[in-house]
Amino acid sequence: MTDTTPETSGPNPSHSTTEMVRQSLARRNRKQVVLQGFGVAAIAFALSMLVILVGSLVTSGYPALTQTHVALEVFVDPEEVDPDNLPGGGYDEMLAASLGSYFPDVDMSDRASARTVTKILSNGAQLQLREQVIETPSLIGETITITVPAADNYDQLNKGLIQRATPEENRRLNDAEIARFDTLDAAGAISTPLNTALITSADSRFPELAGLKGAIIGSFWALLTCFLISFPIGIGAAIYLEEFAPKNRLSDIIEININNLAAVPSVVFGLLALAVFLGWFGMPRSAPLVGGMTLALMTLPTIIIATRAALKAVPPSIREAALGVGASKQQVVFHHVLPLAMPGILTGTIIGLAQALGETAPLLLIGMNAFITSAPTGPFDSATALPTQIFIWADSPERGFVSRTSAAILVLLTFLITMNAIAIYLRQKFERKW
Amino acid sequence: MVLSAFLLLLGATLLAYFLNRKAAISIRAGGTQLHSLESFHGLFAALSVLVPVLAGILIWLVLRGSAVDWFLLQSLPEGTFDGLDSGASQLIVAEIKSIAGGRVFGTPDPWKTEAAERLLRYNEIADWAMVALVAISAAVLLWFARSTVGAQFRARQSAERIVLGLMMFCATAAIFVTIGIVFALTFETIKFFQIVPFTEFLFGTSWEPQIPIREDQVAAEGAFGAVPVFLGTIVISTVALLVAVPVGLMSAIYLNEFAPHRLRSAVKPVLEILAGVPTVVYGFFAVLTVAPAIRQFAATIGVDVAPNTALAAGSVMGVMLIPFISSFADDALSAVPRSLRDGALALGATRGEMMLNVLFPAAIPGIVGGVLLAVSRAIGETMIVVMAAGLIAKMTINPLDSVTAVTVQIVTLLIGDTSFDNPKTLSAFALGMMLFLATLFINIFALRIVRKYREIYD
Repeated sequence: MTDTTPETSGPNPSHSTTEMVRQSLARRNRKQVVLQGFGVAAIAFALSMLVILVGSLVTSGYPALTQTHVALEVFVDPEEVDPDNLPGGGYDEMLAASLGSYFPDVDMSDRASARTVTKILSNGAQLQLREQVIETPSLIGETITITVPAADNYDQLNKGLIQRATPEENRRLNDAEIARFDTLDAAGAISTPLNTALITSADSRFPELAGLKGAIIGSFWALLTCFLISFPIGIGAAIYLEEFAPKNRLSDIIEININNLAAVPSVVFGLLALAVFLGWFGMPRSAPLVGGMTLALMTLPTIIIATRAALKAVPPSIREAALGVGASKQQVVFHHVLPLAMPGILTGTIIGLAQALGETAPLLLIGMNAFITSAPTGPFDSATALPTQIFIWADSPERGFVSRTSAAILVLLTFLITMNAIAIYLRQKFERKW
Repeated sequence: MVLSAFLLLLGATLLAYFLNRKAAISIRAGGTQLHSLESFHGLFAALSVLVPVLAGILIWLVLRGSAVDWFLLQSLPEGTFDGLDSGASQLIVAEIKSIAGGRVFGTPDPWKTEAAERLLRYNEIADWAMVALVAISAAVLLWFARSTVGAQFRARQSAERIVLGLMMFCATAAIFVTIGIVFALTFETIKFFQIVPFTEFLFGTSWEPQIPIREDQVAAEGAFGAVPVFLGTIVISTVALLVAVPVGLMSAIYLNEFAPHRLRSAVKPVLEILAGVPTVVYGFFAVLTVAPAIRQFAATIGVDVAPNTALAAGSVMGVMLIPFISSFADDALSAVPRSLRDGALALGATRGEMMLNVLFPAAIPGIVGGVLLAVSRAIGETMIVVMAAGLIAKMTINPLDSVTAVTVQIVTLLIGDTSFDNPKTLSAFALGMMLFLATLFINIFALRIVRKYREIYD
C-alpha cells in the first residue's frame, strides 16, 4: 500500500512532488521498521518475563519433588516401650541405637554425641516409628525396617544444594557431618523417593515434613462456599438486570456499582470481612467458611458480568418464539434462555473461581495464615488456603522452604491451569454460533 | 444441628410442593378448570415455605454467636470486668470458651468453669430453639400454602412474584456489598480520627505505628503521619507504570497493526497468562529472582542498594500489568473506525505513519482509560509489595531504596491479634479508606472516559 507513487505521472508539474515522495520513502519506511522493532521487542520482553517466571519456579521447585529418606533397621526394644503406654515409649533412643550401628566410633550412650548422629534424621522420624508401633503393638521385640525422612540440611546436601566445595565455615554442615552422611550413603541406606508428603501431610515447622494437605482442603472448602454463595446470587442478579430490570435510575446505579466493585482492591474486601464478618457477626477466625464468603463478594461481579454477556448472546428469536407459543416471561427465561446461556455462564464462573483460588490478601486479613499442623475436617475449622500457605512458606527462614514454596506454587498453578482448561473445553464444546 | 435444620427445611419444601400439586390435580380431576398449572401451585407452596424459613435460619446463624456471648456476659458475676480494658475482657471470654471446648489449661477459677458449663447449656438451647422454630414456622407456612389451593388462585403470578423478588434481592446484593464496605471503613476510620487528628494523618511525615503495650513501657507514642506511606505507594506504582505502559502500548500497536494473523492469535492468549498468575506468585518471583538480580547488577556497577527495593517490587508489578494495558490499548485501537485507517492509507501514509498520526491519537481516550485502571490496580495491589517491598516508611523517592506501601501497612498492621480499640489497628482502616476512595475515583473517572469514547465511534 505504501508504494502507490504513480509511475505514469509523466511530464506534468507534479513530477517534482513524486520525486520528493520517492526520496523520502526510504526514510519513512525505516521509521515504520523501527516502530515494528519496538513492538517485537516489547512482546519479546513480556514473553521472556513469562519464561523466566516459570523457569525460575520450576528450577527452584524441582528439588522439592523428591525427599531424601534414610532406611533403618530398628529393633523395637521391649525395654523402651511399655505395651500399656505405647505413645510414651523411647522411640528416639531406638532410632539412635539403630543409627549407632553404622558409627561404632560414636558413643551413643552419651546424649550430646548421640545427638550429632541422630540429627541426620528428621524430627518426624520418631513420630513415624511411634505411629507404626501404636498401630501394630505386636512389633515390640521385633526388628523392622523403616524408611524415615532425613533432616532438611542433609536433604539439601544430598540434592547438591549445599555444595561440598564451599569452605567449611560457610557451610551449614561441617566436614564431620558430611562424612557421617556419606557413611550412611555408602551403606546404601539413603534413598530419594518421590516427595508424597508434599501432598499428603499438613504444615510443619520442619521443611522435610511440611505438606499442602491442609491448604488444599482449606482452599476446597473456601471455594465451595464461594461457589454456593456467588453462583446463585450472581445468576439471579444477572437475569434480573438483563431480562427484567426497567430502564431507570436504580438499574443504572446497580450497574455502575457492579462495574466499580469489580475494580475495588482485594485488600479492601479483606477489611470488610474483618470488620463485618469477624468483628460484628463474631464469626470464627481463620475459617474457610469466612474466607469463602469474602471470596464470594469478590467473585460476584465477575459472575454477573459473564452471565449477562452469555444471556445477551442468546438471540431474541428464541425469546419471541417461546413468548409466541404462550410462555410467561419467566418461563421464557428459565426454560429456554438460561439453558442456552449455561455454557457461557459456567465458563465465566470457573474463571471467576480460578481468580478466587489465587487470591491471597483478603484471606491474610481474616487470619487464614495461621500455623496449623492438621488438615481441617470441615468449613468451620481453622485452616490455611493454598496461596496463604505459599505466603507462609515464602516467609519461613529455613532454606528447605524455598524449594517447597516453588513446588507449592507449581501445585497452585496446576490447579489454575486445570480449571482454565476446563473452562476453555466447555466453551469450545458447547458454544453455539447463531 | 444446623444440618438437621436444613434437612428439615428441605423436607418441608418438598412436602409443600407435592401436597399442593396433588391438591391442584385433584381439583382438576373433579372437572373444575384451574387458573394456573398444577406445578405452579406446587412451586408457590415450596417457595412460600423455603424463602422465609431459609432467611430466618441465616439471620439466626449470623446473630447467634453475638447473642450467646451477650447472655454469657450477663450471667458472669458482677464486677468481673471492672477496671479491665477490652483486651483483658476478651481474654476472659476466650478462656471460658476454650474451657467449654474441652481445652483446659491448669486449674481455672471455679466461676470460669461454671460459666463454661452455662455457655454449653446456652449453645444447646440455641440449637434446639433453632430446630424447633424451623419446625413450627415450616408447619405454619405449609398450612397457609395448602389453604391457598383453589381453582381461582393465581398461582403462577404469585410464584413468579416471589421469584422476581428473589432476583431483585440478588441484584441489590452488589449494592449491599458496597454499603458494607463504606460502613465498615467509615466506622473504624471515625474511631481512628477520634484518637489521631485528621490533619496529622494526612500531612504528618512520620509513620511509626508502634504503641506501648504496657502503661509503664518506655516507648515512642507512635506517629501516624501517612505521607511517607503514600509516597512509597506512588514510587512503586510509578516504577510499575514505567515498565507496563511502554511495553503494553508497543505490543498492542504491533499486535493490532503489524503482526501476522497467526502470530497475533498465538501471542494474545500467552500474554493473558501473565494476567492470570496469582499475585502471591509474582511476589515470590520478585523475592526469589528479581531482587537478587537487581542487587547483583548494582553490585557489579558499584552501587549499594537495599535488599527490598521499590525497583524490584515495582518492575514485577509492571510485568503483571502488561497484559492489562496491552488488551485495553488493543481494544481501543480496534474500535477506531475502518474509514480513518483507510483514509490515511489512501492519502499515501505508510502504515507506521497511519498508526502514529491517525490511529493512535484517535484511540488515546480509550488508552488513557486503560492506563488509569492500571493505576488503580497498581496502588491497590497487595501481595507483591507485601512480599517484596519494605516495612519501614521513609520519606524518599529513590526507587533503589526500600520503601513501604499503603497495602503493606494494612496487611502488617492487621496480621496477628486484632482488637478494634487501639490506633494501631484502626489506622489500617483509615489507610484502607484512603485506598478505597482513591481507587473509586480513578475507576469512576476511567470508566466514564472509556464509555464516552466508545459512544463517539458507535
